[in-house]
Amino acid sequence: MSDQPHEISRSSQAARVAAVLGALIIIILVAAPWWAGRADMRLMGELFLYLALASLWNLMAGYAGLVSVGQQAYVGFGGYMLFALTIFGGLHPVFAIAGAGVLGALIAIPVATLIFRLRGAYFAIGTWVIAEVFRLSFAQLSALGGGSGSSLPVGIVRSLASSRSGRESLSYWMALGAAVTAITVVYLMLRSRRGLALTAIRDNELAAGSLGIDIWRTKFVVYVVASGLTAMLGALIFLQKLRISPDAAFSVNDWTAFVIFIVVIGGIGTIEGPIIGTLIFFALRETLADLGTTYLIVLGVVAIVVMLKAPKGVWGFIVERYDIQLLPLRYRVNVKEHAKR
Amino acid sequence: MCAAPFYLKVQMSPILQINGLNKAFGAVTVADDLSFALQQGEALGVIGPNGAGKTTMFNLITGTLAPDKGAILFKGENVTKHSAARRCRAGMARSFQVPQPFSGMSVFENAMVAATQSSGLSGQVAEQLCLDVLDQTALLNKANTLAGSLTLLDRKRLELTRALCAKPKLLMLDEIAGGLTESECTSLIQTIKDIHASGVSIIWIEHVVHALLAVVDRLIVIDFGSKIAEGAPKEIMASPEVQEIYLGIEVDA
Repeated sequence: MSDQPHEISRSSQAARVAAVLGALIIIILVAAPWWAGRADMRLMGELFLYLALASLWNLMAGYAGLVSVGQQAYVGFGGYMLFALTIFGGLHPVFAIAGAGVLGALIAIPVATLIFRLRGAYFAIGTWVIAEVFRLSFAQLSALGGGSGSSLPVGIVRSLASSRSGRESLSYWMALGAAVTAITVVYLMLRSRRGLALTAIRDNELAAGSLGIDIWRTKFVVYVVASGLTAMLGALIFLQKLRISPDAAFSVNDWTAFVIFIVVIGGIGTIEGPIIGTLIFFALRETLADLGTTYLIVLGVVAIVVMLKAPKGVWGFIVERYDIQLLPLRYRVNVKEHAKR
Repeated sequence: MCAAPFYLKVQMSPILQINGLNKAFGAVTVADDLSFALQQGEALGVIGPNGAGKTTMFNLITGTLAPDKGAILFKGENVTKHSAARRCRAGMARSFQVPQPFSGMSVFENAMVAATQSSGLSGQVAEQLCLDVLDQTALLNKANTLAGSLTLLDRKRLELTRALCAKPKLLMLDEIAGGLTESECTSLIQTIKDIHASGVSIIWIEHVVHALLAVVDRLIVIDFGSKIAEGAPKEIMASPEVQEIYLGIEVDA
């Protein structure tokens, strides 16, 4: 056809508005050390780290079908690598965080070749077992405190910045940077040619394989990238905590159960879902945490209600009613204006 | 279109050759010593009763299912151990009898998956191919519809669309004419004739026999997982075996 009256667009009005708003919000957040209190910054820093963890878990589970309940393996591994690289390697903490990411990705390679032999529920259990193996192994390392853990030496903490407020600003910015990086990586990956493959795998593996998509390789790349970035996040998390122990580092509750809650509530298989889920999770936590056990019961009830009433999560619920998306991933075929009959 | 069969006009080199394929699920044999060859540019029809093993044969050829015994040669290369994805990139594309859409993606995005992943196209070239194929398969006006909300008929059209966007050298169609109106069927036949005329080899499983006979050069009959007849379409349709299967007339009567 020579005069094709159709054109393809990948953006939308909502996406352009969202991009402007997103940029504004990021600018305001970057300036937080000048307008927010110490406690608020700490809370926001934690929120950003959870947002990053959730975005990466969503990339694996929501798109590649890799339902891992063992990502705490990489959070803990990254945390321990931060301690090892700074204490024994003498690296500056910022370089140690990058190093933890690289090492996390490297160790994810043999782990992937092992657990990719398992399918479905067996895969999920396999990832958990791997995480337990990591936890037990690090508990054996007496140089890093064994089962009781160790603290980051004061000298290393000071090397970040001399003043306490300087350190807090820096670790806040690194958390914000981590969240922006994680979402950007997920976004760019999904918008690329590989993203089409991943979305196809999400919807139908049989058809995806029959259309030339190397499912194993696609999942492998996702697993290694997500795990490497998760290890970096782990390093960041324990740079803020300043203390590490096997139980805290490899906690399935803290680093996987809450993350799954966030993604499922927000909307699995969408970029926007984890963002909304993180906001809901922190809103619940900050208002209900004083109630102790009741807080966990409320989380459970919210999870059950969302799964029954809106199985695609809050964002899925919105998208079903209003055809919008904030991050432009879709292709839209439009009839060209001048060619309209 | 009544000239000599297409495969006699080009040199006789098989694009696909299957040798002694066997597959059993427990005691049920679904492929029993299946062998045949498809010449470059040929269109082959496959008929047989429901549950005869026609779709299983497609699954074996495309790599969705591994045979217990036997070999599959595509363009002269033994692909028996290759994954479905690798066979697709080598030039095989199929439609599924039970449509397998990417439900959460639009019709256009479904087509884009095929164009980018199997043909290895990108950017505007891929987009243009998808638009052209969607126009050909009458789905262009539904390009932005989510595949999960299509009717069964449109899902079948989408199966054909995706297979074509993969730019196959061998196109394998599994019952795509069922449920079409007379005029839709005529245009489908024309579409497949056009694809065939462009040099694509075709294997087509179809119960709508008149559609099949309008396109194919040769016919094979499958029952209980084995090939029971093979030859020119007219002769095969008139043969006692086919008469028995389709009309219930006994061979000895």
